[in-house]
Amino acid sequence: MTPDLSMQPNASKVLSMHPKKFAVWLFIISITMIFAAMTSAYIVKQAEGNWLIFDMPTAFLYTSGVIILSSVTMQWAYLAASRDNLGQVKWMMLLTVVLSIVFLFGQYYSWIELVDSDVFFVGNPAGSFVYVFTGLHAFHLVSGIVFLIIVLSSAMKYKVHSKSLVQIEMCATYWHFLGGLWLYLYLFLILNN
Amino acid sequence: MAVAEVQIEEHDVHHDDHEHHDSFISKYIFSTDHKTIAKQFLITGIFWALIGGALSLLFRLQLGFPDMDLGFLQPILGGWLTDTGKLDTEFYLALVTMHGTIMVFFVLTAGLSGTFSNYLIPLQIGARDMASGFMNMLSYWFFFLSSVIMFISLFIETGPASGGWTVYPPLSALPQAMSGSGLGMTLWLVSMVFFIASTLLGGINYITTVINLRTEGMTFSRLPLTIWAFFITAVIGLLSFPVLFSAALLLVFDRSFGTSFYLSDIYIGGEALPNTGGSPILYQHLFWFLGHPEVYIVLLPALGITSEVISTNSRKPIFGYQAMIISMLAIAVLSFIVWAHHMFVSGMNPFLGSIFTILTLIIAVPSAVKAFNYITTLWRGNIVFTPAMLFSIGLVSFFISGGLTGLFLGNSAIDINLHDTYFVVAHFHLVMGSASFFGLMAGVYHWFPKMFGRMMDSTLGHIHFWMTFIGVYLVFFPLHYIGIAGFPRRYYSFTNFDAFSIFTDLNAFVSVAAILTFAAQFIFLFNFFYNIFRGRKAPANPWNSTTLEWTTPRVPGHGNWPGEIPKVYRWSYDYSKPGSDKDFIPQTVPLSETPESNLPHENEMASKESVAKKDAAKA
Repeated sequence: MTPDLSMQPNASKVLSMHPKKFAVWLFIISITMIFAAMTSAYIVKQAEGNWLIFDMPTAFLYTSGVIILSSVTMQWAYLAASRDNLGQVKWMMLLTVVLSIVFLFGQYYSWIELVDSDVFFVGNPAGSFVYVFTGLHAFHLVSGIVFLIIVLSSAMKYKVHSKSLVQIEMCATYWHFLGGLWLYLYLFLILNN
Repeated sequence: MAVAEVQIEEHDVHHDDHEHHDSFISKYIFSTDHKTIAKQFLITGIFWALIGGALSLLFRLQLGFPDMDLGFLQPILGGWLTDTGKLDTEFYLALVTMHGTIMVFFVLTAGLSGTFSNYLIPLQIGARDMASGFMNMLSYWFFFLSSVIMFISLFIETGPASGGWTVYPPLSALPQAMSGSGLGMTLWLVSMVFFIASTLLGGINYITTVINLRTEGMTFSRLPLTIWAFFITAVIGLLSFPVLFSAALLLVFDRSFGTSFYLSDIYIGGEALPNTGGSPILYQHLFWFLGHPEVYIVLLPALGITSEVISTNSRKPIFGYQAMIISMLAIAVLSFIVWAHHMFVSGMNPFLGSIFTILTLIIAVPSAVKAFNYITTLWRGNIVFTPAMLFSIGLVSFFISGGLTGLFLGNSAIDINLHDTYFVVAHFHLVMGSASFFGLMAGVYHWFPKMFGRMMDSTLGHIHFWMTFIGVYLVFFPLHYIGIAGFPRRYYSFTNFDAFSIFTDLNAFVSVAAILTFAAQFIFLFNFFYNIFRGRKAPANPWNSTTLEWTTPRVPGHGNWPGEIPKVYRWSYDYSKPGSDKDFIPQTVPLSETPESNLPHENEMASKESVAKKDAAKA
């Protein structure tokens, strides 16, 4: 229905960026603000005392490894697409989806670890915050996986290649952001504990 | 590779002409046209303004005439009236809470920013529509869903949210605390989640559109100040609404899942609650990190509209165009580092309090620059008193008289005395409430001819303005005295305290003024709805304005310009330019066509223009 406005010849002279790619960045900013608020709340609350101290689940270390790996495969898929290596695009996208699901299971396992060490969602905010961080991140990650699957399915239809990179580029941006966000949260939790 | 090339051809074929055969639903309901979406926001905003205003009349009746028998409202209020015809005390709290929520979020955020950002951004920057029409439509329908939920919450048996529009825990977190903290509060939170989603979808669209879809020649230094204001507003919203989301999410967890982010050591009826380790101050920090920028989300669009209307109707360029932009940017930056001035009495470190005092007072500088520039634009202008112009001047008046009391309240030493009194109510109703409302009205009167292709009645507009303008001052000025005397806001009754009984007459006066002011709005409603259908047909450019929206047809279709999008050759404030025989030069007139009024550097640019034209002709 809506015309692709970026294609309008008149607008081209002041066009500074693809509007949809730009919108992805703005979306990323708003997510960043959610987590900036959350982690600031953590610091403020911690400074007020009555704070439970416990060990972070070891699973976090492994899931961090998994999500870094998934960023690598995502980037690989993107580079393969820009070189028109369409077979690799499919495999690498598929691998990214698999790794992302492994990550989610790993996060779930970390919750089990937390429960085993008597840190519950309902209780001292120190523990509740860890659940909120991981849960909210996982929620955004699910949206990222939906995006991955959309790109995977267009890769299956040979629609991702060097002359049609916008979608996979936006997907890669979002995915790297989600990975980086998790690493930030992990480091934040370790350094503030 | 073959596949790749085929696909590219498809792309090329696609983007030329596209015929629209809109059904009623795709044209008026699930429309992706920014103009229709803007009207949807406007009509919904008007609906909410009526409800929000009517709620305020109910509690004004209680405050002004405490002995009055409200039995005649029985059919509407039902169980919310006691047997003696008085308002239920808890319902009174629900009234002030919903009045605040509705006015701040639904009327002055969605109704103002939603209407005019949507309507004016594509039209004034020369774009066919928003960057994503679908996201824009989604933005409205999220707002609609949010509105429906909030509206339903007005009618549930336990009443809507009642803990004040700021919904501080623990009052809002514990259903046992008051009846409004039960289902009503849950619906409030759900509604706000959709509202935040709506605001973010809209904001992302506004920013993307302003940055990426400007027409040729529309540089940032040629943008009308309306667009600058909407742009900065959207940036503030993008940075602050996610924080409200975080605050609300943690509140949801506290309410529904039993966590203790905001709750600690609470006893109800002698029994300790299990929650421990939380902090209600944490909520205040998170809330006001949104809450203060929200003030500017409400105000900046109104200031932008005012800049445009005052300049057009003074037939003079806006005084200090760059100073206006810089002061808006300064206000935007400062708005994020002053939130704790709402929390001077929360037990904060006095040293921290003085830092926030200083930062708060700095906001007076860019605000004063803006007020100064409005007045100097008016100074010796050929003023045309259209209703829009009157409302804009009214805004400047409220912005100054309400802003001055901000200097008092920003000082932690004085604020500790005045905190949560009617002085605060008077302050923000003038500077934020009425000023933004007047900006909204100025916008409606000014762009009505473009929106509906017809004119509103000017005489009715004048009557509406004078009744509202005088009414607003009569309502809010006396509240300063009541506030200085120390009467706290949100209290059900003045008459319980001897010290305040001398204000009984003043309160009755305020209530009568409020009723008259509210009644005056029906003049506007008639003027608005009648003239949508029956108004005199509008000329192409009724206010002799320079901006791009007046180059469209009388009723622009989806896509705004039937032919090519016009190019822009100059800034939007060439009014009464010396040397020119007309008192305005539209942005679409090339400099090479106006040698008589060009400044030296513009003559240089004009010669470049003609070279570029020759090159284009050769090509």
